[in-house]
This record gives sequence, structure tokens and C-alpha cells, in this order.
Amino acid sequence: MINMEPLWLTAKLALITTIILFVVAVPLCYWLAYSRFRFKAVIEALISLPLVLPPSVLGFYLLIAFSPENAFGKFLSDYFDLRLVFTFQGLIVASVLYSLPFMINPILSGLKNLPPALQEASFTLGKSRFTTVTKILLPNIQASLLTGIIMTFAHTIGEFGVVLMVGGSIPEETKVVSIAIYEEVESMNYHNANVYAGILFAFSFLILLTVHLINNKSRKTTLY
Amino acid sequence: MIQFHAYKMLQTADGELPLDVSLTFEKGQFIAIYGNSGVGKTTILRILAGLTEAEKVDINVGDDIWDDSLKRFHLPVQKRSIGFVFQDFALFPNLTVKENLEFALSKNDSTQIVSELIELMELESLQNSKPQNLSGGQKQRVALARAIVRKPEILLLDEPLSALDDEMRFKLQDYILKTHEKYQLTTLMISHSIAEIFKLSDKVIVIDKGKISKQGTPNEVFAETKISSKFQVTGEIISITKSDIIYVVQVCSGNNIIKVVATEEEIIDYKIGQKVLVASKAFNPVIQILL
Repeated sequence: MINMEPLWLTAKLALITTIILFVVAVPLCYWLAYSRFRFKAVIEALISLPLVLPPSVLGFYLLIAFSPENAFGKFLSDYFDLRLVFTFQGLIVASVLYSLPFMINPILSGLKNLPPALQEASFTLGKSRFTTVTKILLPNIQASLLTGIIMTFAHTIGEFGVVLMVGGSIPEETKVVSIAIYEEVESMNYHNANVYAGILFAFSFLILLTVHLINNKSRKTTLY
Repeated sequence: MIQFHAYKMLQTADGELPLDVSLTFEKGQFIAIYGNSGVGKTTILRILAGLTEAEKVDINVGDDIWDDSLKRFHLPVQKRSIGFVFQDFALFPNLTVKENLEFALSKNDSTQIVSELIELMELESLQNSKPQNLSGGQKQRVALARAIVRKPEILLLDEPLSALDDEMRFKLQDYILKTHEKYQLTTLMISHSIAEIFKLSDKVIVIDKGKISKQGTPNEVFAETKISSKFQVTGEIISITKSDIIYVVQVCSGNNIIKVVATEEEIIDYKIGQKVLVASKAFNPVIQILL
């Protein structure tokens, strides 16, 4: 019988990461879609970086940054009593950074595809920015929002490199399914690895199927 | 009285073009803005609405200041009493026709105005439809109704009728005129159609290369300079007026206005908006009805 703990831990990590990213992404995307800030391209490039960077590179830099030996890690542990290396909190921070483009890109492309006159029409009707975003803009990019949420969740579940670098493999703390598979294989427990892998495979397929069904229906957002 | 002055450098396909426009008009007037594409007509409406910033803007509406470039004062779009009808209508796709109108209400407004406008614009049967299921003319009516829900002081129409066929245009011109009078609006409308301008507006402003090249009543601006006497063209009757014992019929053909004298028997058959042929016979053009 396989240990269910890594599955729950993975689901918890993916859920928390998705919620945090959604809350961060909506205002960030609104700003990116409508502002005329000169260095916007730099920020967009930074956000997309995890798409092309090997996870071990990101994981390595995060490990260095979070380490209590260095300034940022020391600052966190001195002032907030927060340790991000080999902890669940550290995994969340790393996942948020790593999955950032999977939430941002669909929402941003959804907003950019909306006619600018929608926002202006709402303003001329006396509505505030907040009302405009919540009542007009977001309801009109539902497919993009759903794509962002599902892709972020799925991508976080599939993490390996970053998790291994920042979290290691501490049972009930940082040992997620992908790590568990790796360890089962290392100790020649092919049956257990097979069960974990099968669950992830089926889950990932279902998720992508959902996204493509949504997208075929709306044809408004791009996936990546 | 509404005073408007704006200076803005426009980026056009032919390079930079300074827009420098001063306008004064009275409350309740219907103003048409006429001119070629890309001369800054839409920008004028957008600056007035507060949607576009300019290097220098001064706008006074009655006793209220909307923009004052010296004091660097800019009243946000939301606080200006305007209704704006966009060229592509900008209806909210997630809301039904009725919800589009209700969205414009403020917190404590009564919904009575919404039902009144739905009735006035004959939208009863469409009120629960989503905008994507409406025709161009229907969308137009919804956009117009939505712009009036807040009973704005100034109604801004950005070429609202350009995408519609003639029959729809005539109908919508009537709707526009009806709302302008009923809600005592001050209306500014961009239009490319001289016939439309004659029908609707009290005053026309011609914009050329970012400046006002002409302004006055439609008659003063268009009729006098564009009369020709040797031709055979088709056009549309835009007005029939009695002058002593005869009638003067004005026919619009393309951008020309032709004045033709007609007798009382003849004008019985003429209607405004009718398509006619105007031919020059010696020095007196005659009108012939087209089927």
C-alpha cells in the first residue's frame, strides 16, 4: 500500500499556490494590460522566465537566497522567524515564482484581447476602476481565468526540480508526489512508483483535456 | 455655455499633427463635427470626455470646471456628466440588454429610467438578449439608451451611424433626435453625412488638419459653396421649405447640396429622405423621382 501523505501534500501545495497566484495575478495583469510603463517588457520577460529556465537553476538561486547564511534568508529568520529552506512555506514561495507565467499569461492575453472601449464605456458610466474590473473585465475573460487557474494547479503538481532543490524530501513537510516517485524508483519499489505515476498521469491528462475543452468553446485565450 | 479649448500633438500616419481647437456652444444645442478621417474629430470628443489627455486643455461646462491646464486640474471621466456612444458600441458582452442599461445606474437611482428608455428605443422584446445576438442597428439603440441612463449634460456620439444601411440610419436619426429633445441634452456628434447633419444639427464644425476650418449652421457651411448648376446626379431630398409661392427643395448628392425650385403640386410627391435624380435643364434643374 502506498503512502497517501505525498498526494495530500502535493494537492495542498498546488491549492495554496493557485490561490496566492490568482490574487496576485489579477491586479498585476490589469496593470500590465493597461499601463504605459516604459519598462513593461522587462517585467513581462521576467515573469515568463520560468517557462524556459531549467527548474534547477531557479531552485539553485532560491536555495542561495533563502539560506540563513545569506542576507535575505537571515533577514527573514531574524525579523519574521521564517525559514524557507527545506520547509513547506519555502515550497510555496518557490512554487509561486515557478508557476507565475502559467497564471499570468492566460489572464493577460484575455485582458489584452478585450476591446479597450469596454473599460472606457464603464468609466463614462461613472464606474470606478474596481467595479469595472470585477463587474465587466473579469466576467468577460472567464475562460482565461479558468485556464490560468487550472494550468497553475496542474503545473505545480508536476514540479520536480525546484521542489527538490528548495525543499529536499522531508516526509509530511516537503515530500511531494514527484519526489516520492523518484525515491521509490531509487529504492527499486517499482510498484509504488507505478501507482504514484499512474495517478499523476491520469490527473494531468484530465486537466489538459478540461483546458482544451474550455478553449475550444471560447477560442479567445492562448494557453502559454 | 460650454467652452472647450485643447491643444494636443497627434501621431498620425502622415507624421505629427497639432490639434488646436477652441469651441463654444450653448446648452441644448446639437453640434455636428464634420471632416476627413484622421483629422482629430474623435480625439476632440475623447478629450471632452476625459478619456484622452492633452498637453493643454481647458473645459468649462456652465459654472463647472472639467479641465484647467493652468491649475493642472483634471476632473476624472467618472465625475463628468457625459454619455458616450462609441463607434463599435462597446456593449458589455456578459450582460443582457437590460443589465447593460442597469449597470449605468448609480446606487440609489430608481430603475424607472431604464424601463422608460427600453420603451422609447423599442427594445422590449430584446431586453433579455445578450449583445452578441443583436443586429448593428439594435446594438446602436442599446448603446444610445445606455449613454442616456445617467441623464448626462453632454451626449457624445462618435460616428454612431456609419456602419448602418440607409433605412436603419433614418430610423436611428429619429431616435437620436427624440432623445436629444426629450432629455434636453447637449449633443456632439461626429458625422460624415451632410444629409444627416442637415437633419439633426443646429451647428456644424468642420475640422481640417487639426483646426476648425469652418463653423456655422449647416446651411451656412455647406449649402452656399457647394451649389452647382450643370449636372445630372442622383441624391436624396433633405429639406423642403416654402418660400413665398414656391418651394425650395434641397437635395444632397455625395457631399453636394443642390437647391431646386418646385411648385406646390410637385412637392406633394416629395418626401424627405427620398432618392431622386437632379438634372440641369438650361439653367433650372428639375427633379425626377427615382424608383
